[in-house]
Amino acid sequence: MYRYDEFDHAFVSARVEQFKDQVERRLSGELTEEQFRPLRLMNGVYLQLHAYMLRVAVPYGTLSSRQMRKLAHIARRYDRGYGHFTTRQNIQYNWPALKDIPAVLDELASVEMHALQTSGNCIRNVTADHFAGAAADEVGDPRPYAEILRQWSSMHPEFSYLPRKFKIAVTGADRDRAAIQVHDIGLHLKKNAAGELGFAVYVGGGQGRTPMVAKKIRDFLPVEDLLTYTTAIVRVYNLNGRRDNKYKARIKILVHETGTEEITRQIEAEWQAIKETDLKLPQQDVDAIDTYFAPPNLVQRPEGWSGLAAARKADHAFSAWVDQNVTPHKNPDYGVVTISLKPIGGIPGDATDAQMDLVADIAEKFSYDEIRVSHEQNLVLPHVAIADLRIVYDLLLTDGLATANAGLITDIISCPGLDYCALATARSIPVAQRISERFGDPERQADIGELKLKISGCINACGHHHVGHIGILGVEKKGEELYQISLGGSGDEICTIGDITGRGFSSEEIVDAIETIVDRYLEIRTDKEETFLATYRRVGAAPFKDALYSEVANAA
Amino acid sequence: MSVKVLTANRLTDGEVVWLGANGEWLEHIDGALIARHAEAVNALEEAGKSAIKSNLVIDVNVIDVEERGTELYPVRLRERIRQLGPTIRLDLGKQAEKPKAA
Repeated sequence: MYRYDEFDHAFVSARVEQFKDQVERRLSGELTEEQFRPLRLMNGVYLQLHAYMLRVAVPYGTLSSRQMRKLAHIARRYDRGYGHFTTRQNIQYNWPALKDIPAVLDELASVEMHALQTSGNCIRNVTADHFAGAAADEVGDPRPYAEILRQWSSMHPEFSYLPRKFKIAVTGADRDRAAIQVHDIGLHLKKNAAGELGFAVYVGGGQGRTPMVAKKIRDFLPVEDLLTYTTAIVRVYNLNGRRDNKYKARIKILVHETGTEEITRQIEAEWQAIKETDLKLPQQDVDAIDTYFAPPNLVQRPEGWSGLAAARKADHAFSAWVDQNVTPHKNPDYGVVTISLKPIGGIPGDATDAQMDLVADIAEKFSYDEIRVSHEQNLVLPHVAIADLRIVYDLLLTDGLATANAGLITDIISCPGLDYCALATARSIPVAQRISERFGDPERQADIGELKLKISGCINACGHHHVGHIGILGVEKKGEELYQISLGGSGDEICTIGDITGRGFSSEEIVDAIETIVDRYLEIRTDKEETFLATYRRVGAAPFKDALYSEVANAA
Repeated sequence: MSVKVLTANRLTDGEVVWLGANGEWLEHIDGALIARHAEAVNALEEAGKSAIKSNLVIDVNVIDVEERGTELYPVRLRERIRQLGPTIRLDLGKQAEKPKAA
């Protein structure tokens, strides 16, 4: 894992001291809220409905046990005993007092963590494939490049006041688990014919009120050009992005209004001017960062397979969990374990301090001290020996962390919604809970198969509803919550924005409406192998709209 | 008929508060100063501005409430959630602290 050097330590400590002083000046009245607001946002401090909220970065979703224990400690000591893992691989605390936040940042700095650039119109926490460094299908580990981008973008003097926020995601496999095509910049680490590493570069994707799939502007960018090319992109955006209208200020609008060809020309022209400057990455620097992410020295554990077969035979629930929550590792003696933070009827992404401590203990003993946070609001143990799966499962089971639903309909992404968020227009978590309960039967959801259901409580789309196979958007209409459904979205390598089905549904109707869609899918799929998304892509929206609206009409 | 009250979040800890008839910021909506006509609403708005200046609260807003018997009932769901706490965690927020009136 990456370890802070002296510069990192000094930099983060200086920022904590600076913010401590700013909070003191705010509390004494020396700073007005208007003056303080941009300062607190730069340090991840928001005001929500009930209290302040602190958003802590988990860079590229990677945590050690020590760091996870610190997150648990903060939840216990400064908050209400839990945290919320988000679609940005961050963790949010919902109840910190402003006066305590400098102390929290001090605690975070002691384990090489921070809340920098988790808000504001800057380059945000760089996200990556949550199976990075472990997945069998990985071409290269995306995290060294995410770390290079983090170092480059932290307090970048030119890019601290962009027209709007800016999000970069990196994936290291052809299977895109980081939703790179709905980011401002998406980087797909790949190899060329000569076996050299480089990136396919995507620009101008995003969700929010104007969802767009990113445009590929370069098929292969050599690794050494990562920062020069990224600088060229952000510079073109910084100069030409709209500052007159907040809702048209993201790079996706600039790309859309300028045209892909022309914006590519501008970026390439800028790049030519800076290509050979000191931002060109020396191989030894890349290698130095790379060593921090070297895979752990995995002990060969071939004995796992025979034991696993017997354990699966003996326990159907364990077997279902292995099927659903364990994915192939580079080393065949190991598996990548997804810890579902989606218990049936629970709150997506929430974890108690005790659960965080438990995950830290398990990771320390059974996953080489490594944990990942996924943008799907789950946790991941990247290196678990097949031989240890049973004991890991049993330990997870002790605190409700062994739900066998990764990738199924109850593995719902949900933003905090109107239960917490000052921007939300409707609640999302209670809808997620009711859908989870409706489909919670293990056999039923296994029969439905892969189905990504995502819910946002406002048009800003933190719950990624645009790329849900089934997406739900909550809005406020005439003082009531109303839920729009979209179908056929996908955030993977074949990225699509979902199509809105038609008029929305009330809070009372929405779960039945989702069931109507799922039942129609089960009726018309060619066989069990045809996923919901594949069926939708084959038949289009019509059969689902018929089911939804004719049934409602009949009932009326 | 809806009337208006003034709400905000306390600067130090973000706690939801309402301006009381006694001029203090209250942690519960009971006892909030009620504005029933335009002049009173203006007075609430002025009180809000001066509260921001005096550095006690942030995010000050005049909101619509209904008088239901002796209780004040915010018109918007958003404000009802602020008044009570998250609807999905009844153990958190003001709903967890306040004994239910008999």
